[in-house]
Amino acid sequence: MSTQLTPILTRFWDDPQSWTLATYERHEGYQALKTAVAMLPADLVQLAKDSGLRGRGGAGFPTGLKWSFLPPPDGGPRYLVVNADESEPGTCKDIPLMMAAPHFLIEGAVITSFAIGCNHAFIYLRGEVVHVYRRLLRAVEEAYAAGYLGKDILGSGFDLDITVHAGAGAYICGEETALLDSLEGRRGQPRLKPPFPAVAGLYARPTVVNNVESIASIAPILLHGAKWFAELGTEKSSGFGIFSLSGHVARPGQYEAPLGITLRELLKMAGGMRDPSKKLKFWTPGGSSTPMFTDQHLDVPLDFESVGAAGSMLGTRALQIFDETVSVVRAVSRWTDFYAHESCGKCTPCREGTFWLQQIMARLEYGRGTQDDIDKLLDICGNIFGRSFCALGDGAVSPITSGVKYFREEFEAGMHTSAAELFPPAASTLFAKETVSV
Amino acid sequence: MMNTDSKPNYGVVPAPDSGGYPDDVLAAMRADAAQIIARYPRERSALLPLLHLVQSVDGYVSPRGIDLCADLLGLTGAEVTGVATFYTQFKRHPNGEYTVGVCTNTLCAIMGGDAIWDSVTEHLGIGHDETTTDFKITLERIECNAACDYAPVVMANWEFFDNQTPESANRLVDDLRSGTPVAPTRGPSKVCSFKEVSRVLAGFSDGLADEGVGAGPASLAGLKVAKAAEAAKAPEAAKAPTTARAPETMDNGTGKATT
Repeated sequence: MSTQLTPILTRFWDDPQSWTLATYERHEGYQALKTAVAMLPADLVQLAKDSGLRGRGGAGFPTGLKWSFLPPPDGGPRYLVVNADESEPGTCKDIPLMMAAPHFLIEGAVITSFAIGCNHAFIYLRGEVVHVYRRLLRAVEEAYAAGYLGKDILGSGFDLDITVHAGAGAYICGEETALLDSLEGRRGQPRLKPPFPAVAGLYARPTVVNNVESIASIAPILLHGAKWFAELGTEKSSGFGIFSLSGHVARPGQYEAPLGITLRELLKMAGGMRDPSKKLKFWTPGGSSTPMFTDQHLDVPLDFESVGAAGSMLGTRALQIFDETVSVVRAVSRWTDFYAHESCGKCTPCREGTFWLQQIMARLEYGRGTQDDIDKLLDICGNIFGRSFCALGDGAVSPITSGVKYFREEFEAGMHTSAAELFPPAASTLFAKETVSV
Repeated sequence: MMNTDSKPNYGVVPAPDSGGYPDDVLAAMRADAAQIIARYPRERSALLPLLHLVQSVDGYVSPRGIDLCADLLGLTGAEVTGVATFYTQFKRHPNGEYTVGVCTNTLCAIMGGDAIWDSVTEHLGIGHDETTTDFKITLERIECNAACDYAPVVMANWEFFDNQTPESANRLVDDLRSGTPVAPTRGPSKVCSFKEVSRVLAGFSDGLADEGVGAGPASLAGLKVAKAAEAAKAPEAAKAPTTARAPETMDNGTGKATT
């Protein structure tokens, strides 16, 4: 049996004015909140645990377990911070979600705040998406006016304020502790863990940091039950998720499906490759920081365990598809530029390592590599992986080590021939395709 | 005095002295700042939105803006500068009226972003982080802006221009320079100025949230497939409710082969 799509968060994105409170309320909006405020907070945490929901921001840590790590209330403030800094190359699910249906996030944030005893939640949105910021500000405004935010929400005695905060352009702020430093008005650099945010997060107070899609999934879970959610997906990777297809696919876009669906199934739904005569060459299962896959991996179930067992990570389900016109060396070289640009500079392996990786990848891309370059690359990667302060360094080496693993001969060709000569860039572009009849 | 040198100032030379704020401007900024600071339990959290506010007045993070932030939050100018220089959206020199960012991260670059970049830089005669002499356009190579399903993407003052070509991007910058109205693919009905957008990023609504689409075609691609499958399933379910399954042909029958 082929896997079916499960539009839940994407259900009414095609409604006119899908982003308004009125539309959301027509689609069961804020029904879950009414149930939640009549429950015990501890039961909500248990529900999140029972559902098996795992963080949708990339790491896949069980959401309910994260909530349960908060120490017992001591009378001081506790915070929920929603990570809406979506910046991982290839990842494009939270931004359309917040543009089309921001109230999923707001309702989820209210329920989560109630569950963890938080009275002031923050949504940290990257600053480079101003219309999404407008939609979130408007959604919060509507929620206050309707009594879903503010004092004594739905007569429950529970108070909550939400502040929507715009960042200012820094990939590293997607790392949860760097995000917290940034939200405190500092340079966004990661903190040493432990202490984890659950113990000492925002303003050194107990804090839950969750991804947008994780929080948005809370209301549907509450409405339909933990069991309903747990039965979707696979045993250890329960539920649905938004899969983002981009690149050389006929119909790129957002496909909401149970975890465990395969790329072969998704590609079929997306109309196949953009040019059916060109083969799939490589793809990322969850953004550029997850080791690349090839056409051997079309049937790997896209759940946390299976993708891990196949040598990569599910990450953010950002499936960037590249066909055989694309040079792996060029793709990896550009990702390496990205990591060098975004390295925050705090730790030496990442700061210095990404700088040198960038130099060597550029040489290889222009066909001016040396005999030792591949060994040197892998050596530097070995000195970054697991030795950097945060996961940015690990992410930076993923495209290189996986690229060399599957396409070593292309890196070797970089000693004498440029990527542009081997794979003329014009053949890969969207407009190249437009000249061929569909 | 306006700095006419469009080269970035990374602190090698002192930033141009823009003087202090006129009294009325200062009073308005302090009133806005008070609202921003009130959103947070601790005042320093207001620093990023305050820097956006400074850009909404000065078009960049000016020395007088840094002094104002420092004064408002009890920080030193060096502390404020240290934060401002960390984030790419904070400009160290006067920005053009429109920031045009071409995504040249891997996926967009390969789908045509590199060709768009070459075309626009040649067309305008400026490079990364440089501004046209009429101060209309500041050009940037940007990193992934979370719209990969619409690659290649160009952002104008952080509004989405999806599925661009070298021609459409050249036209976009021409229109922005000449004042011809342009609408983002997914966004409000116009592109606001850099200063106006900076004010929104400081947390002040401009009333445009209800303009534009909820979702573009790519955002709806999966929903469309799912609805087609449901429609195909419905009559079958009526016949045999216990065994109903969507048929295999749920890809809308385009007949395109997968690999």
